[in-house]
Amino acid sequence: MSDLWTMIWKEWKDVLFQGGGWRAWIRPLLMLGIAGVYVPLQSGRLWLSLTPLSLFVLLWIPFYLIINLIGDAIAGERERHTLETLLASRMPDRAILLGKVLIVVGYGMGLLLASLLLGLVLVNLTNSEGAWQFYPSDLLLGVIVLGLAVTLLGAGGGVLVSLRSSTVRQAQQVLGIGTLVVTFGVGFALSKLLPGDFFVTYTVAQLLLFATLLFALIDVVVLGYAVVRFQRARLIAS
Amino acid sequence: MGDFAIRTEGLSRSFGPIQAVDNLNLEVPAGIVFGFLGANGAGKTTTIHLLLGLLEPTSGRATVLGYDSRSQAEQIRARAGALLEFAGLYERMTAEDNLDLYGRIYHMPAADRKARIKELLVHLDLWDRRKDQVGKWSRGMKQKLAVARALFHRPPLIFLDEPTAGFDPVAAAALRDDLAGLVKREGATVFLNTHNLAEAEKLCAQVGVIRKGRLLAVGNPDELRLKRGGPQAEIIGAGFTEELLARLRARPEVAAVEAPNGSHLEIQLRDGSEMAPLVSLIVQSGGEVEEVRKGAASLEDVFLTLMEEEQPR
Repeated sequence: MSDLWTMIWKEWKDVLFQGGGWRAWIRPLLMLGIAGVYVPLQSGRLWLSLTPLSLFVLLWIPFYLIINLIGDAIAGERERHTLETLLASRMPDRAILLGKVLIVVGYGMGLLLASLLLGLVLVNLTNSEGAWQFYPSDLLLGVIVLGLAVTLLGAGGGVLVSLRSSTVRQAQQVLGIGTLVVTFGVGFALSKLLPGDFFVTYTVAQLLLFATLLFALIDVVVLGYAVVRFQRARLIAS
Repeated sequence: MGDFAIRTEGLSRSFGPIQAVDNLNLEVPAGIVFGFLGANGAGKTTTIHLLLGLLEPTSGRATVLGYDSRSQAEQIRARAGALLEFAGLYERMTAEDNLDLYGRIYHMPAADRKARIKELLVHLDLWDRRKDQVGKWSRGMKQKLAVARALFHRPPLIFLDEPTAGFDPVAAAALRDDLAGLVKREGATVFLNTHNLAEAEKLCAQVGVIRKGRLLAVGNPDELRLKRGGPQAEIIGAGFTEELLARLRARPEVAAVEAPNGSHLEIQLRDGSEMAPLVSLIVQSGGEVEEVRKGAASLEDVFLTLMEEEQPR
């Protein structure tokens, strides 16, 4: 457990806040500005119903951030020649990998929760109708759990792509383009394969549950494969 | 662990058709600086990777600090420090955070880490820059910090892979001095990969010479010089004719004679030979002697001789 904390401490210093300073806050504040301020204010009270647009923004932004960070955390370590030295230490392979995955997932989830909270406060302050309105509890729980599943997928997929990339830029390009292709490809396939009344038959909460189960299943496979791939001998020899 | 920090038996590693390390049999006594000499691509870095258990051998075995590199690699890495081919510093982190990270990795208590950071950075004259991001430092400063990181958790065995590679002579000499001082103070065993022979001569109690993965010779530098280089003499003067050279070559104490130019004579002597009779012979044969220098072959001579002997004919 202490190894995991050490890796989280290191990633916090090296990747997330890159040695400190105001520049380190630009990226998270920009993301928070979009997902927690701009889109909620544009949507008004509709934001609090967690519409498909709200869900898309809330899930896409942390995911996008994560695939960039995980590329830096893994392909970046290799590119900057720090991974070999870390592997020559006593730090276990799994602690290195899990530390990297947990910090980026924590970062993404932190951003998701902060966006939800900020959106809630701003919408209620700017569209006051007396009593405060909250998110529906079942949808809120669904978004948080699905958010976790989606960020884990971003991290796991990011690890696999980064292990095959020689530079951060290459990893980020493959992840960025790959995500777009998969998202729109799957969206197009679902629109063709699913019955026309599918989205009317089920409630949003039920759809969130289906999506969460599907993502959780994919997470297990992707993260399991990432653990198998992330081994000293493979990393040194490659 | 016994008296040896490292022991290998028939250690080999290939990458496809390339035999990076070939049947390496080596014993490195504990508490010394061992120099592993070889040209680029000789197999030095792969050997360190094998000893740290980062790579599995194709055949043979290595025991490091009493642990088998194949089955007990974690124990080896827990007790070793390493400065590999690249400094491997986190350039966006400060110098003290870089050291603190490795203290945390080796489970050192916070107070011990703090004291150790100060001790090493003060010793290396980096203390005033401890809050700097390492990326802003010069290459020499980074390399000093990387040496400090390798020593940070007081490991009994330290691997250093070309620590002064690419440095100018002044910076290399300064880092060597720091390294020598730290190693002496810490009392650890050091496995030093280098192709810098002056570095090996200055720091190492024993050296091994490797070429294309094969160990060609091992011993302390003096022994190697005697075995492979033998004593030699250099004579400055004039009148070094072909006839004089032929007379010298005929003497039993002379292994070889060369006159690169008319005022310079180089004589390879057989072990235990005296120079005085040869100087008399030169003078009697009409040569003039201004200066005589006698000495052993340098480690560089030994290294080059070994390389030449191993060249395919």
